[in-house]
Amino acid sequence: MISGVLVIFFVLAGLAVLGAVSLIWQSHPIHSALSLILVMVSLAGLYLLMGAEFIAAVQIIVYGGAVMVLFIFVIMLLNAGVEERTNFSKMATFGGVPLALALGGIIAAAIARSSGQLAAPAAAQGALTSTRDLSKLLFSEFVYPFELTSFLILVAILGAIVLAQREN
Amino acid sequence: MSEILAKYGFLIVPIVKVGILMGLVMTLDAYLTWLERKVIAHIQARWGPHRVGPHGLLQPLADGIKFILKEDPMPTGVDKKAYFFAPFLTLMLALTSLSVIPFGPDITIFGYTTNFGIADVNISLLVLFAITALGVYGIALAGWGSNNKYSLLGGLRSSAQMISYELALTLSVVGVLLIAGDFSLKHIVEKQAGDFGLLSWNIVGLTKGGGGFTQIIGCICFFLAAIAETNRIPFDLPEAESELVAGYHTEYASMKFAMFFIGEYTSMISVSSLFTILFFGGWLSPFPASWTVTHYLPSVIFIPLGLWVFYDGIRYETMLGRLILPGLGAVFTVLGFALFLFSPVNEAIQGPFWFFAKVGFVLFFYIWMRGTLPRFRYDQLMDFGWKFLLPVSIANVVLTSAVIMWRMK
Repeated sequence: MISGVLVIFFVLAGLAVLGAVSLIWQSHPIHSALSLILVMVSLAGLYLLMGAEFIAAVQIIVYGGAVMVLFIFVIMLLNAGVEERTNFSKMATFGGVPLALALGGIIAAAIARSSGQLAAPAAAQGALTSTRDLSKLLFSEFVYPFELTSFLILVAILGAIVLAQREN
Repeated sequence: MSEILAKYGFLIVPIVKVGILMGLVMTLDAYLTWLERKVIAHIQARWGPHRVGPHGLLQPLADGIKFILKEDPMPTGVDKKAYFFAPFLTLMLALTSLSVIPFGPDITIFGYTTNFGIADVNISLLVLFAITALGVYGIALAGWGSNNKYSLLGGLRSSAQMISYELALTLSVVGVLLIAGDFSLKHIVEKQAGDFGLLSWNIVGLTKGGGGFTQIIGCICFFLAAIAETNRIPFDLPEAESELVAGYHTEYASMKFAMFFIGEYTSMISVSSLFTILFFGGWLSPFPASWTVTHYLPSVIFIPLGLWVFYDGIRYETMLGRLILPGLGAVFTVLGFALFLFSPVNEAIQGPFWFFAKVGFVLFFYIWMRGTLPRFRYDQLMDFGWKFLLPVSIANVVLTSAVIMWRMK
């Protein structure tokens, strides 16, 4: 049975895969970065389809917006040109191709073994959906991991400032 | 009628709403350019556009025809994908951002109740921020793809500016979110309803239950950051014409330029709407809800305005003006009387009336600032964003949370 949700899923999933392939295929860094944005936004759409609205919005704001803007900014600032095409290295032939085939095999097996049913939306499984629930959990049960992550990010910011200031 | 709506309403109503909103916003954009040129002209003691139609009222139409008919040359060496994609992206995101804005309370037409906006999402504020976050790409790509150093500098400047001011923009809203406890713009407006009319809005914060707290700091920070996000004077560094010709859209002409132009004005409208919703009570009337006599205010404004336009129009110097202006005046007058006589229509129009009145004032303020203030220097812009706006926004968050904590005790 083809339902509306399934159609949207395949469109978004197709876009995500297309973006991922295009990311590797494009010869210019900016085009690759744009393809990556397409992947991020399609993933956000998939999250939305699963009922995780907050995660979907944050995916676009953080990954689609902040992170990728930084990528594009750096590429523009360095004025990076078209990358050079090289032949397959030995590493890719003997290591990469079998690994890629194995990964493809695992994914295919997982799809074949599944019951063919779409996973139910998160709300139906009693998981977190609302921002309120999410923030309550984040600031009560997971407060130490959360604070530790914040501390790690703070250290990274300080590190960046120290590195930038060294020349003066 | 009502049976069809009950069955297919979920499909028909959004399409009709999108159509109406698109038409409305495009007209509003066009006349916003007219208003901007007129207001700035009068600030500078000039007349502004006054040749095409009475008081230059047909100028937007002439501009539109010009945009469509102009030659659209493409410079050599451009990155075609980025060059063509950028204007589409800018316009698309600007129009999409309007889809989650509630313009009034829920309305019922032919027994079908619907929200007064396109989509009523419970994370509408986050959706708006997500769209704003993607908005940088249009400008950055246009600047990079044009193969022009001025465009590239404009694009770089604008990326840096938008990243910097997005932080302050987001943080200045947190105070409102703490008070409302909700990401839905509709609920944020409903939270601001109170017995004191305009004193219950977030900018003053005297709500009935006492849960509010004045957000005037957040309001000022939001407004300043929003001007920077929409690249308007005094923060229009990306298109500083004295330094960068026209910045990121130097190499664009004809309809592609028009897309940037419409995108900029549309995002001005959506940012003004957001500003109104967050701090000035959205569609709520500034008078206490018990004062029903103020519901006649739309008529009180429309009838004299219409009569004045009529009186002014019959003495206009051109034949076309003597036809158009009295006609316009008559329409306004009839509209005013119709609202006075048909009470259900008058009640339904209250929300949108106040919403658009407030948005109109914010837009006028935008234009007023453009006519008054000089442009910032680039380092001043960055200093202002990072060293002033960001700390002040964070201080507002801390202050508001402290007040809420203190009240909870």
